[in-house]
Amino acid sequence: MSDARHIPDRLTTPWQRRLRSWESLLLVVAVAIFIANSFASPYFLNAWNLSDATFNFTEKAMIAFAMAMLIIAGEIDLSVASIIALASTAMGLAHQAGADTPVIVLTGLATGVLCGAFNGTLVTRFGLPSIVVTIGTMSLFRGLSFIVLGDQAFTGYPKSLAYFGQGYVWWVISFELALFAVAAVVFGVLLHRTNFGRSVYAIGNNPTAALFSGIRVNRVRFILFLLTGLMSGIAAVCLTSRLGSTRPSIATGMELEVVTMVVLGGVSILGGSGTIPGVVIAAFVMGLVTFGFGLLNVPGIVMSIFIGLLLIGVIALPRLWSRFRSA
Amino acid sequence: MTALLKSREALLMVVIAVMTALIALRFPGFVAPANLASVFNDTAPLIILALGQMCVILTKSIDLSVAASLALCGMTAALMNGAGVPLVVIVPAVTVLGALLGAVNGILVWKLDIPSIVVTLGTMTIYRGIIFLMTDGKWVNAHEMTDGFKAFPRAVILGLPVMSWIALAIVAAFAVLVSRTPLGRALFAVGGNPNAAVYTGLSVGRTQFFAFVISGALAGLAGYLWIARYAVAYVDVAGGFELDVVAACVIGGISIAGGIGSVGGAVLGAIFIGVVKNALPVIGISPFWQMAISGTAIILAVAFNAAQSRAKGRMILKEVAA
Repeated sequence: MSDARHIPDRLTTPWQRRLRSWESLLLVVAVAIFIANSFASPYFLNAWNLSDATFNFTEKAMIAFAMAMLIIAGEIDLSVASIIALASTAMGLAHQAGADTPVIVLTGLATGVLCGAFNGTLVTRFGLPSIVVTIGTMSLFRGLSFIVLGDQAFTGYPKSLAYFGQGYVWWVISFELALFAVAAVVFGVLLHRTNFGRSVYAIGNNPTAALFSGIRVNRVRFILFLLTGLMSGIAAVCLTSRLGSTRPSIATGMELEVVTMVVLGGVSILGGSGTIPGVVIAAFVMGLVTFGFGLLNVPGIVMSIFIGLLLIGVIALPRLWSRFRSA
Repeated sequence: MTALLKSREALLMVVIAVMTALIALRFPGFVAPANLASVFNDTAPLIILALGQMCVILTKSIDLSVAASLALCGMTAALMNGAGVPLVVIVPAVTVLGALLGAVNGILVWKLDIPSIVVTLGTMTIYRGIIFLMTDGKWVNAHEMTDGFKAFPRAVILGLPVMSWIALAIVAAFAVLVSRTPLGRALFAVGGNPNAAVYTGLSVGRTQFFAFVISGALAGLAGYLWIARYAVAYVDVAGGFELDVVAACVIGGISIAGGIGSVGGAVLGAIFIGVVKNALPVIGISPFWQMAISGTAIILAVAFNAAQSRAKGRMILKEVAA
């Protein structure tokens, strides 16, 4: 009597895996922060206040999507905040030269793409490590902005430009929030549903093997730098429009928050793994935390301590946990 | 002899000499001994920090928190001074504090295997934030510091201020540390080939830890010197200075991939930046240019390093262009 034992072909069901994933943990954290905030401040649960809160993360998150793909592919771009400064300065110059809103916006986007292309060329054509290249361009791009502006500022942008950072698509849904949603879907599909996305993971896990399996590694890397530049350009348009002015110190330190958002979203800083939905939830977590702190009158620099702790904590805690379990 | 001529240090020295000569053609005052001494003195904190950063970069890591550590230790020195603590206690105390800040970076890199760039990007903001928490954003101004506190780095001995002498002493100490001590050789071994280093009995993480401690301790000492010399302490002291420090190392030929570099290179890299910084106002270029120049110098230097290291070595297997 042979009684065939039941041997499962996998130890966990897809649902179990999904429940135990980093993303669902993050979602729980997001909900917890949301509830804590609504108890901590009576002004939190208000559609308009919540809508305002999204401005804390929409610009950073748009860059974070592209940065996530770049980090998954094993590269990094620390120059994103400086790209914003340079793109915003270019927009100011275009405005001074008498350009109207469409040209100003295009100038911002084009500057972003050019900066991305510059980073990408240095990394792929000359084979330089992206960390140092982008530390260099971080200084160079913002430096150019300082050369143009010094201690001055561009102001007086046309009224129609204000829509990108201050306009509303429908009710409390701002233009930036809508753009954020579109970007999330586009990058989600690009990373998780296309050949290009698969090749990004392949390169992040093993660039040599990826090359031997027929992936044009350097071309993919170059495109990722272009995308990061483009998203920084888009963020520059939104930020310039929202602030209504350009200073060379615009968006200082934003690269840190973008990288934190990506890492918090479960993307491995060593490359090879991570998801866009994770980054989306991480964006909400960071936005809710900053907004909650803001309602409690916590100064910005204290929030940045929290962001720094968060960055180290989200990487350290899982490692401590696995060490604790194995011990 | 040809090796000497081709070396990075010789090349850099020639570049610095040519640059100084060109400036001197139009502004002879720039090469007056007194001015050169003051350029060196201005560059002293950069030299000190670049040597610490060199240790970290040699082990394949990077320390972006040095400027924040410098500011935190400097502010601590200023506050201790305000509380009446004597200078003989302050200087060792802030050096130890800096070492502790470095040890925090080192522990995270060593014990938890977190990439150094992430750790120090995080601690960079945390350390700056702590200054704000300590002071509520208030400044410590010159009149709130005792005269002895401010005078020490400026006191002139044998024609040079104490700050310059300290930098020279540290350079000498590093020349010995790097070439004559087990730790110094371990820095190169760990960065050059971590796997081989493990087989020879070296702990990669432990060596990285000590590199971070050294970098932190130097940042602590430089923090006091900086605050005492400029006689003002606030949250954003030395903001962005970590980029200059990394730039000095990269320009000095220290490979970001680890294992390659020299004390002379780091010092010359720092002096290169120091000369550029001091020359800009002399030749009438706005100081706003400096950031872009540093950035360009980093990119050119790293491209140059890559080209040089590619030429070295005999190709045994067919090259893989990944």
